[in-house]
Amino acid sequence: MSSDHPSLAALKARLAGIAALDAAALEAEEIAVLGRKQGELTAQLKTLATLPVEEKRTLGAALNVLKGEFEAAFAARRAELAAVAKQAARANLDLSMPARTQWEGTRHPVTLVVEEIVEIFRGLGFTVAQGPEVEDEEYNFGALNFPPDHPAMDMHDTLYLDPEGVERPRGERILLRTHTSPVQVRVMREGPPPIRVVIPGMVYRNDAFDASHAPAFSQIEGLAIDEGITFVDLKATLTHFARRFLGADTRVRFRPSFFPFTEPSAEMDVGCRLCDGNGCAACKGTGWMEILGCGMVHEEVLRLSGIDPERYTGFAFGMGPQRIAMQRYGLPDIRLLYGGDMRFLSQVGGLGR
Amino acid sequence: MNISRRWLEAFLRRPVDAREAASTLGMLGAPVDAIEPLAEHLAPFVVGRVLTVEPHPDADKLRVTTVDDGSGTIWTVVCGAPNVEAGKRYPFARLGTVMPGGLVIERRKLRGQPSEGMLCSARELGLGDDHGGLLTLDTDAAPGTPVVEVLGLDDERLVVDVTPNRPDLLGHKGVARELAAAWKLPMRLPAIPDEVELDVPPPDRFGDEAVVGGIRVAITDRNGCGRFLAATIRGVRVGASPAWLRERLEACGLRSINNVVDVTNYVMLELNQPMHAYDAATLRGPAILVRPARAGETLVTLDGTTRTLPEGALLIADAERAIGVAGVMGGLDTEVTDGTTDLLLECAWFAPSRVRAGKRALNLSTDASHRFERGTDRWGAVDAFRRAIRLLVTVAGGTLEAAVDLHPAPTHPPRIFVRRARVAQVLGVELPMLELERCLTAIGCTVVAKPEDDRLAVDVPGWRPDLLAEIDLIEEIARIHGYENLPTDLRGARPGARDDDPAWGAADRVRTGLAALGLSEVMTLPMVATGGEAAPRLLNPLSAEHGLLRDRLLPSLLRQVEANWAAQVGDVRLYEVGTVFARTTAGGRPAEALHAAFVLTGHTRPPHWRDGGSTPTYDLWDARGTFERLVALAHPTARVEVGEGEWIARGPDGTVIGHCGPLDADAPAWASALFGGELQVALEAAPAATYQAVPTFPAVSRDLALLVATDRPVATIVRLLEERGKRAHLEQVGVVDEFRGAGLPAGRRSVAVRLTFRAPDRTLTDADVDQAVGRLLTQLERECDVTLRTA
Repeated sequence: MSSDHPSLAALKARLAGIAALDAAALEAEEIAVLGRKQGELTAQLKTLATLPVEEKRTLGAALNVLKGEFEAAFAARRAELAAVAKQAARANLDLSMPARTQWEGTRHPVTLVVEEIVEIFRGLGFTVAQGPEVEDEEYNFGALNFPPDHPAMDMHDTLYLDPEGVERPRGERILLRTHTSPVQVRVMREGPPPIRVVIPGMVYRNDAFDASHAPAFSQIEGLAIDEGITFVDLKATLTHFARRFLGADTRVRFRPSFFPFTEPSAEMDVGCRLCDGNGCAACKGTGWMEILGCGMVHEEVLRLSGIDPERYTGFAFGMGPQRIAMQRYGLPDIRLLYGGDMRFLSQVGGLGR
Repeated sequence: MNISRRWLEAFLRRPVDAREAASTLGMLGAPVDAIEPLAEHLAPFVVGRVLTVEPHPDADKLRVTTVDDGSGTIWTVVCGAPNVEAGKRYPFARLGTVMPGGLVIERRKLRGQPSEGMLCSARELGLGDDHGGLLTLDTDAAPGTPVVEVLGLDDERLVVDVTPNRPDLLGHKGVARELAAAWKLPMRLPAIPDEVELDVPPPDRFGDEAVVGGIRVAITDRNGCGRFLAATIRGVRVGASPAWLRERLEACGLRSINNVVDVTNYVMLELNQPMHAYDAATLRGPAILVRPARAGETLVTLDGTTRTLPEGALLIADAERAIGVAGVMGGLDTEVTDGTTDLLLECAWFAPSRVRAGKRALNLSTDASHRFERGTDRWGAVDAFRRAIRLLVTVAGGTLEAAVDLHPAPTHPPRIFVRRARVAQVLGVELPMLELERCLTAIGCTVVAKPEDDRLAVDVPGWRPDLLAEIDLIEEIARIHGYENLPTDLRGARPGARDDDPAWGAADRVRTGLAALGLSEVMTLPMVATGGEAAPRLLNPLSAEHGLLRDRLLPSLLRQVEANWAAQVGDVRLYEVGTVFARTTAGGRPAEALHAAFVLTGHTRPPHWRDGGSTPTYDLWDARGTFERLVALAHPTARVEVGEGEWIARGPDGTVIGHCGPLDADAPAWASALFGGELQVALEAAPAATYQAVPTFPAVSRDLALLVATDRPVATIVRLLEERGKRAHLEQVGVVDEFRGAGLPAGRRSVAVRLTFRAPDRTLTDADVDQAVGRLLTQLERECDVTLRTA
């Protein structure tokens, strides 16, 4: 007995046809061949019992081989059809339909600028100090070496609190601090050097609220006092800051300036990033942008806070995060930074932006 | 301060590039805000040389000329001026030139003759009223040369930003001195054109009183007036100033008035010494006195305004009345007019604080007060005075009759010692003695080196009232040596010993936490228009819109929501962390507290197409969730309780420190419900969490539908279950549903809860859990009037 057995030949022919069947035909054919009840191959196997021993052995072996081949062929065709169906299903999806998203929270651009600045100075051993926004005139002016009749103490520059009938002479009035420097005084009076702090906070001026001015804005100051601190340390520290903040290739220059509470005083400029230092409207053609004011803490300021200027020296600096944010994001109007326009806020201040 | 480039050139006697000067001044601490070309309207005009002049065939008054403008083309120009002459040079407007009046010169025909440009008169160039004929240029400059160069009008104005400590830079001499120091050049006072030969010796010195030319001069307010120089000049002719003087003043933005006033202004702009000339004939007494004002005195100042002088203000007076506010403005009655022949010239040093007080009281700031209040040179006043007299006699004629110098308490500018070691201690570099000397000499100091104790004795110049102590000179050394020439090496330093201010970390935690919930941070103005009783009032706000300090953040956030609504933006999620203020004692410093607030309205997430148009919007429970999150972030020891139609947060001491709920605002009809909350921020962070073993055995859950009285807070049921279930390993009580309506007994609602049990050490059996649930239900029924809902 061999493969040319008539019943085997018919089955073998059907085996070859499986690869071309569709899903429904495949299922019908599987029942027709391997079905428990009517399956052709099953039926053949059942008839084996009636055959002589010799024939039973040879035909039985052949049928079992054939059964294995059928099972493999059906499985292969099923997998093939399943893959085709999956592919078809995928082809039906329009993957260009929009995603499901979540609201993205944002932090204020000025907060981001302030935090970036704080982090850079933190790396240089500075910690954060803060203080009251309503101050005594003495802390805001007198202790910082402002002469008693300095024009900054006029009503058109500084916002004073209503004295509510209490008589307060010039120099003893209560005001909204015009800079964060009174916190310097508080820090100096709280403990001996070494002092190394940055002071972020809101400050106030009697300015109109327009495209380029606001009556309240953020400021961040720094103060470093110890034995042996020099103008070279000031230049080095602030140059390092500028390069961390704006990029390692940032050009930096220091120009003499004047503040009552520092001497020598300086302004620090950085190379204009819009024109690469060639001069443009933003930098008024100079190629430089003013970024901060700084200087060695004035001897008199140290003395007024009980620190011996012959032993200790120090430097201080201050800058305006609003201006930096305006430059960074190209804002045309400072009032954007005081509003809550969701369309503006979602452009800036998100994570990873 | 407006500085003329040509005036600087006269000091330095060499051409100056305005941009280079600006850059140098900037690096010396006097930034130049702008460089303004002057006589810009003259830029298009060039020198035209007339080659031929022929009569016009059809017009008696016109001539046909040919003009060489250096371009290579010879132009035919019809001209009506009587003085046009072949071979002479005139200003020429080429085709296309826009005249000062706006007229554009075009090719056209005049009585049939073509004309290709225009020869101009002085008036046509905007240089005065002379229209009698062409402006003849007295020059042999090549045709095509710009007319401004030929006329000497090619000046530029440097607008210098002078810091208040540097009054010397309010004069050209001071600015020229800085440039000379930086460029290592000599500098001299400019020569006066056509100066008369007149020897003006330093005037005789007196105490506080003298007579000059028959006029009594006296200082009775020594505190306000440290020096007073006066001269009488008789027989002057008041009139127009010579062109060079007018040009100098106009280059600096000052109007020419007459030759006498112009001279005083010239010396002010040159040497930073304001002066005043009186018509001597109008002085009653005759006398001139410096004294404090008496109560109620009035004065009509030069600007024609009648001013009541505050008592004690520093005055110039004659024997009978006030004739000037010292250092601020003179009086109208004694001013120099066209008919004046005799002058009294005043040159004084007034105390800056007194001038500032006068200026402030009268709310009147002038070029003179600007200088006096910053400090003029009381020792240099004599030279300025002598120069002014020579100038006056040169441009206005007359003869110097007499001059006096009242100097009641003569002093010298300070002598200051500079220790080389101190320079190194402040600047961080060891500079050689010679370099210290060079820097200080360059700014006008007289320096004597004392090598034996490694220091310098420095006599500072009178024009630098800001140099009072060693540190001031150290700054000058750094400035002249050049900040850019000091090193920039980063060295180690001792770190600060202070902890961060706790408010900083607290604010950062809240900001980060609320941003993580999808909210956007804002920073509103702390000044507001309306507030509570506690909101402190400002004395001098610029507008009532900003008249109070905020006592809460939420109202400002509401305004921002409304602004978004007005812009058709309905999805608004904002928060702010900032200071709020509260009055304490009357007129005392208000209390300050750090607050955080938020508002929510609109969709809970960006609407998606799969939502089928029904993306949920924020509701009360989102608000509660946000508030609870805020409390956890900002005030971890506080707890949230149910208040009157809102939630409140109570601090550990029982005070209410925050609230949250639905908010009323000016909402458009399409807007979703608005919710918000505000909380005081605690400065302390929550203690670090302690690890608790992660469960290893499975949990068993039971869902129960409970019938609850409609007015019984579910929180009481949850609390009872949590407390009583502890022993039976009840891990969590969750509220999963609430149902009200048909099929329930009156006054009852159905609340579905899910109880989750888990033992830390074994797997609970159904029997364990059923027994626990049964016990809990019995207690609920007895204590909370709650039954199990059946069917």
